[in-house]
Amino acid sequence: MDILRTTGISKSFGEVQALKDVDFSLEAGEIHALMGENGAGKSTLVKIITGVYQPTNGSIWFDGADRRLNSPQEAEQIGISTVYQEVNLLPDLSVTENICLGREPRKFGFIDWKAAKERARKALAKLEVDIDVSANLASYSIAIQQLVAIARSLDVECKLLILDEPTSSLDENETHQLFQIMRHLRDQGLAIIFITHFLDQVYEVCDRITILRDGCKVGTFRACDLPRVEMVSKMIGKSKEEIDSMGHRAPSSSEQALGPVILKAENLESRGVVGPLNFELHAGSQVGLAGLLGSGRTETANLLFGIASYDAGHLEINGKVANKLTWNPRKAVKARLALIAEDRKLTGVIPDLTVRENIILALQASKGAMNQIPRRQQDQIAEEYIRRLDIKTPSPEQLLKNLSGGNQQKVLIARWLATKPELIILDEPTRGIDIGAKAEIEALTDDLCKAGMSVVFISSELEEIVRDCQRVVVLRDRRQVGELAGTDVTMKNILKMIAG
Amino acid sequence: MNNSQSLNFIIGITALLVCVASTFISGRSQKFRHLRWPLVALSLLFLYNLIFKPTFFALEITDDGYLYGSLIDILNHSSKIALLATGMTLVIATGGVDISVGSIMAISGAVAATVIVSPYSSLILAVVLALLVSTFAGLWNGILVAACGIQPMVATLVLMVAGRGIAQLITDGTIITFHHPAFNAIGNGHLLGLPVPAWLAATIFLIALALTRTTSLGLFIETVGNNRTAARYAGIAARKIVWITYVFSGFCAGIAGLVVCSNIKCADANHAGLYLELDAILATVIGGTSMTGGRFYLSGSILGAILIQALSTVMYANDVNPAVIAVPKAILVIAVCLLQSDRFRSRIMALPVFRKFGGEPC
Repeated sequence: MDILRTTGISKSFGEVQALKDVDFSLEAGEIHALMGENGAGKSTLVKIITGVYQPTNGSIWFDGADRRLNSPQEAEQIGISTVYQEVNLLPDLSVTENICLGREPRKFGFIDWKAAKERARKALAKLEVDIDVSANLASYSIAIQQLVAIARSLDVECKLLILDEPTSSLDENETHQLFQIMRHLRDQGLAIIFITHFLDQVYEVCDRITILRDGCKVGTFRACDLPRVEMVSKMIGKSKEEIDSMGHRAPSSSEQALGPVILKAENLESRGVVGPLNFELHAGSQVGLAGLLGSGRTETANLLFGIASYDAGHLEINGKVANKLTWNPRKAVKARLALIAEDRKLTGVIPDLTVRENIILALQASKGAMNQIPRRQQDQIAEEYIRRLDIKTPSPEQLLKNLSGGNQQKVLIARWLATKPELIILDEPTRGIDIGAKAEIEALTDDLCKAGMSVVFISSELEEIVRDCQRVVVLRDRRQVGELAGTDVTMKNILKMIAG
Repeated sequence: MNNSQSLNFIIGITALLVCVASTFISGRSQKFRHLRWPLVALSLLFLYNLIFKPTFFALEITDDGYLYGSLIDILNHSSKIALLATGMTLVIATGGVDISVGSIMAISGAVAATVIVSPYSSLILAVVLALLVSTFAGLWNGILVAACGIQPMVATLVLMVAGRGIAQLITDGTIITFHHPAFNAIGNGHLLGLPVPAWLAATIFLIALALTRTTSLGLFIETVGNNRTAARYAGIAARKIVWITYVFSGFCAGIAGLVVCSNIKCADANHAGLYLELDAILATVIGGTSMTGGRFYLSGSILGAILIQALSTVMYANDVNPAVIAVPKAILVIAVCLLQSDRFRSRIMALPVFRKFGGEPC
C-alpha cells in the first residue's frame, strides 16, 4: 500500500533545473534506497518531500491526501521525519532537550522535565541505546548523536522516516546496529527512505531502489532484481568497463624513484591531540593516511596546514622549518601547501560568493589584498578549472550555494589547484559524493602526482588508498603506528596495522 | 501658473524621471539589483510631492552662488548618515555591527572644538587630531572584536556608553561654542554650488569603493562575513580584515562628527550624533546588505541614507508633527527591508491576486 506518491515533481533554482518531472512512490513497511550521482536531485527530492523546498511543478500525495508542505514543521506534523547526514541537532543542549525540543511535555504551562526525560529515555530505548539523557549532546560520539536524531524523529507519530547518509560517520558495528533498528522499524510498518553512497549497504538493507540521474528518474527496481553493475551503470550512464578502467594505476608506478622531499615531519606532535608523527612526503608521490574514524587523520592534516598548532617535534617544508609559534594557514598557502578539508560546508564553501570568486579565493589570499588579480585573468582561471574539472554550473557567476554538493566539492578542489600547490592534502575528498565523481577525483590526484605534485590522501575507504597510494602512513588512537611502501601496500597489511 | 511654479514642476518631473529610470535600469542589471526597491520608495516620495506639494522641488541660487532648496537639504543632511553608513556597511559585511559611531561622533566633535578654542587654534590641527582620536576609537573596537573575540554588539556597546562620557571629559562637561570661519565651512560651506558635507560623503564613498573593489579587500570582507572558518582555511587573515573595518568605521564617524560639530558651531557631548548609529544601520540594511554579513553594497547604503533623510525632509515640508515622524519612517523601513528579501517577494508573488496578473517572479 502506497504511503507517498509524488507526481510530476519539478524544481529549478535560478537557471539550474534540479528536478524534472519525477514520479516517485513509496510503500508503508519498506526500506527504499534513493540512488544517484551528485546533482542527480536526491537531496532536492528529499527536501521537497520534507517541505524545505516547494516544487515548481507537480503534486505530493501522502497518507491519504494531497499535501502542500510549506515547512519542515508541517511535514513533521503529518508524520514525515528526516535525519540528515550532518547531524542537525544542538550540541550544547542535553539529549533530552534535543529529543523533545519544540514539543516538550507540559505541566501547568511549564516544561515537565521528569516526563521529558522519561520520553527521551523511551525513544532511545526503542533503538536499544542506553545513555545519560541529561548530558550534553556534544559529549557523545557522532554515532550516538545520529541515533539521538533518529530517536527524535521516532518521538513523534512518524510514518515516513528519511535517512540521508546516516552511515557515513559510523563504524561497521554501529552501522549494523542501525540496520537492525531500521529493519525492526520497517516490520512495524514504517516507510524508510535511505540515502547512501555505500552500495553494499543498499543491498544489505533495502527492498527497492529508485535511481535518479540529472534530475530525472531512471526507474524504480526491486533490489533483488537489479544486479549491482547494472545499478551503477544506470546511475552514472557509463558501462562497467569504463568504471573499472578509471582510477586504476599501472602497477609499475609504485616502483618509481622518489622525487625531492617536500615535507618532513619528525616526532611532530600536538599533545593530547595527535602524534608523534614521522614521515617524509616526496614530489610526485601519493601518500595515504589510513586509520579508523577518530584515529587522528584529520588532526594530522590540520597540523600540517597550520590550522592547529604543534607543540613538539619538527616540521620542515621544502627544507625550511615551519616555526611552531607562527605556523598558520596563511604561511602554509604561501609555502604552496593546500588542504581540502573534510567538512566542506564549514571549512570551504563560501555560499554567497560566485563560483569564480570561490575559485580564485586562495590564490588571491596568497597574493594579498592589494595585489588584485585582474578580472580578465580571474575569468580565465575560473573557466579553465570549470572545464578541467567538469564543474556543472550555468556560468562562473552563479552563486556557489546553487550548485550541488559534488560540484561544490569540485569548486573547492579548483580553488586549491589554482594556487598551483606543491603539496595537496585531501581529507576525505570522496566522502558524500557518488561513485562517478569519486573515480574522477581519483583520476585527478593521479594526474597531479604525475605532474610532480605531492599528494596526501586521507580516506576511510581502504580500497581507495590501496588503489592510489605508493606509501601509506597508518594511524591508530591518534598515534602513528607504522608506514607501508610499495608492494606492501595491501588491504590486509593495513588492516593488520590498524587492528594492532 | 507663474514662472517659478513651472520651474518647480520641471525639476520635480526630472527628479522623478531620473528615479524611475534608475529603478528600471537597476532592476535589469545584475550588479545594481539591490538598488531597485529603495529607488521605488524614493520615486513614490517624489511622486507624492509632485502631486501635492510641487514647491518641495523649489531650487534657488543664492547671492553667494550656491543652490538652496529641499532637494539640497536632503543631500546635505543625509551626508552624515551616508558617512556613517559607509563604514557601517563594511563592518556589517564582516558579520559585525558598530553601535558606537554616534558616540565617536561626539568624541570627534569634542576634540575638534577643544582645539579650536585653545591657544593652538588651527583648522588642520583640529581635523587631524579629531580624526586620529576617532580612528583610535575604531581601533579599540576592532581589538575588542577581532583580538578578544567579544561579540560586536557588546564590544561596541562599551564605547557607545563610555564614549559620551569621554567626550564630556574632553569638553570638561560644558558645551563648547566657537566661531572659526574656516572650521565652520566643513559643515556649512559650499563647493561648486553644493554643500561641503555632501562632497565629503561622496569622497569617502568613492574611497571606500576604490579600497574594496580595486583591491581584493571587498572579496575578503565578504568571505569573512559569509564563512569565517573557510576564510581562515583559504589563508585569509580574517582577524586583520575584521579590525580594519572597525578602524575605517571609526574614521568615518570622526568625519561625521566634524560635520555636525562644525554645522552647529559647538561641541555637544550629549546630543551630537545621538541615535545616528541606528540610522546608519537602517541605511545599510535598506541598501541590501544583510545583517548576517557577506555581500555588501556601498551604493545601496548611500541610497538608503538619502531615502531616510528624504522621508524626514518630505514630512517636515508637509508639516507633519516631528514627534510622530518616527512612525512613517518605521513603516517605510519595514516595507523596503521586506521587499529586499527574495523569500518575501516570492511569497507575495505566489498570492492569487498577483498570479492573476501573471506577475513575473522578481
